[in-house]
Amino acid sequence: MKETPLSNCERRFLLRAIEEKKRLDGRQTYDYRNIRISFGTDYGCCIVELGKTRVLGQVSCELVSPKLNRATEGILFFNLELSQMAAPAFEPGRQSDLLVKLNRLMERCLRNSKCIDTESLCVVAGEKVWQIRVDLHLLNHDGNIIDAASIAAIVALCHFRRPDVSVQGDEVTLYTPEERDPVPLSIHHMPICVSFAFFQQGAYLLVDPNEREERVMDGLLVIAMNKHREICTIQSSGGIMLLKDQVLRCSKIAGVKVAEITELILKALENDQKVRKEGGKFGFAESIANQRITAFKMEKAPIDTSDVEEKAEEIIAEAEPPSEVVSTPVLWTPGTAQIGEGVENSWGDLEDSEKEDDEGGGDQAIILDGIKMDTGVEVSDIGSQDAPIILSDSEEEEMIILEPDKNPKKIRTQTTSAKQEKAPSKKPVKRRKKKRAAN
Amino acid sequence: MAEPASVAAESLAGSRARAARTVLGQVVLPGEELLLPEQEDAEGPGGAVERPLSLNARACSRVRVVCGPGLRRCGDRLLVTKCGRLRHKEPGSGSGGGVYWVDSQQKRYVPVKGDHVIGIVTAKSGDIFKVDVGGSEPASLSYLSFEGATKRNRPNVGDLIYGQFVVANKDMEPEMVCIDSCGRANGMGVIGQDGLLFKVTLGLIRKLLAPDCEIIQEVGKLYPLEIVFGMNGRIWVKAKTIQQTLILANILEACEHMTSDQRKQIFSRLAES
Repeated sequence: MKETPLSNCERRFLLRAIEEKKRLDGRQTYDYRNIRISFGTDYGCCIVELGKTRVLGQVSCELVSPKLNRATEGILFFNLELSQMAAPAFEPGRQSDLLVKLNRLMERCLRNSKCIDTESLCVVAGEKVWQIRVDLHLLNHDGNIIDAASIAAIVALCHFRRPDVSVQGDEVTLYTPEERDPVPLSIHHMPICVSFAFFQQGAYLLVDPNEREERVMDGLLVIAMNKHREICTIQSSGGIMLLKDQVLRCSKIAGVKVAEITELILKALENDQKVRKEGGKFGFAESIANQRITAFKMEKAPIDTSDVEEKAEEIIAEAEPPSEVVSTPVLWTPGTAQIGEGVENSWGDLEDSEKEDDEGGGDQAIILDGIKMDTGVEVSDIGSQDAPIILSDSEEEEMIILEPDKNPKKIRTQTTSAKQEKAPSKKPVKRRKKKRAAN
Repeated sequence: MAEPASVAAESLAGSRARAARTVLGQVVLPGEELLLPEQEDAEGPGGAVERPLSLNARACSRVRVVCGPGLRRCGDRLLVTKCGRLRHKEPGSGSGGGVYWVDSQQKRYVPVKGDHVIGIVTAKSGDIFKVDVGGSEPASLSYLSFEGATKRNRPNVGDLIYGQFVVANKDMEPEMVCIDSCGRANGMGVIGQDGLLFKVTLGLIRKLLAPDCEIIQEVGKLYPLEIVFGMNGRIWVKAKTIQQTLILANILEACEHMTSDQRKQIFSRLAES
């Protein structure tokens, strides 16, 4: 299918919104979307969700003979595929430009940065080495494929375990996972790509562009960095002229973002490790436990309410005690008196921050309302787990609830057995009516 | 003629067809066959179907039932083609057997004759515009099917158009016009320059377009706005400022997943600020 064209009014609206520093989903200029990492049952399989963009990463290994000019090094192979389910515009023959660009970027980011120790993949020099293959599949395209793909690749590599091998003289023993625990790969550092989209010839900048924002952008700058603030790859496309200080600023922002994302990755890996060790359930099925096929569930906006009480106490403790109330009224005229003096309205500041966005926002000022909202959602979810699908606002739903003694109207939503129960109670009523008519 | 066809259909289906009346409100799957009310009496329990040969009595008792979206006529029965809940609506004026249809969730639009949709002009070729409506093919829109069409006031490539389909079936490319049968525009034509276009599911559009929709009334009380709903899942919104437009767009997208209580909460919070 051809891609849906971008209409003039959308383009104009997006550019105007960016000039006013507003994004479609209410994020700030430097905000990333929610990143969710979930692991499969096999080692080396993970799904990374960056907002709605979803990438599946799978790592596998094989024993092969090494390349002739690199006899003591293992082989790394990366492959990113744009699945047809990701966007209607992705067709088997049609994706070449974007695909080549993304694959090249992935290779430069992961291979040239030497994040994996290839010497440790050697089993017998010149004869047998491990070939590690990373397959990435894009499952849904909502912008910023490269970031999601790089996170998926590095997470899958960190999660992967290869079979253990021991060499004694000329004998090489390859142990199955049952005999000896598989061994993780030796990874020096974790390079992660951060994308910056530029608009209006470099005047405006956005981090982690959406699909809509990618359509109207002028140029894209991708910086791959690790948490030690080493730049692994930097690429600028779109042909815009960038100033030196712009690039420096972007690299500083990238440093901050990469640190956050690396922390998230390490936490996710640790959690998965813990669950596996304790013998709990793991895998994709567990991570989508509370979603059903028939329910459209929207992710709740994360609002940090962990230390609300302490914060509230701090605020109360540090605030000035309210001024003493003057209890003697001042009489102006008979009938008009004044007690104390009016105080300036201090709610003005909070009102401005509340206007940012409604349900998506994580503003401090509306934390308490947010708690109510979240519990509201949970309650309704629990309630609806037993009941069948409820389209509560459907205009077509006709539910006529009957008491057995009242008017004998037909019930359409009940089953035949219930109708048969009602039938005998209807009959005596009808007979009485007929008798009256006869009389 | 219907009898051998229906007997064959039953043996192919393997399971017995159910009466439509008993399945109302339940989930049906594609491939199921449903019996209309007047056929239930003739259906005996178990295999052998013996219908008494009645020549004129049948014709009188036949009721006209309308087969809505998700259902198809298959001999004397209804064949389900989409999964969802079966619904029925009694006829208002008393004639006919009402409408049966299947309520399903869908995002991909299939052009239907008479639907009002929002399209994006993609190309001009010869005498017509090619308009993308979200279906499998772009629809064609003639230069002359606007009210007061002149050489000057034509839409450009990239403009938004609100029109209705005059031809829309699976064998031909769809055709749309921005003019009704009397020659008046009636709200159709080129949509203004500003504003935001976004996409939602088809079910949400139907819900919002139902008469007395609460959501629309509540939204209208918030700020002055302009809204256009296209049956192909596209909504165009315009308010005074960009912030208000964005809020509206987010509310309408989120309305799908919220219960009416949550929605009222959000509206009251917005009304305060």
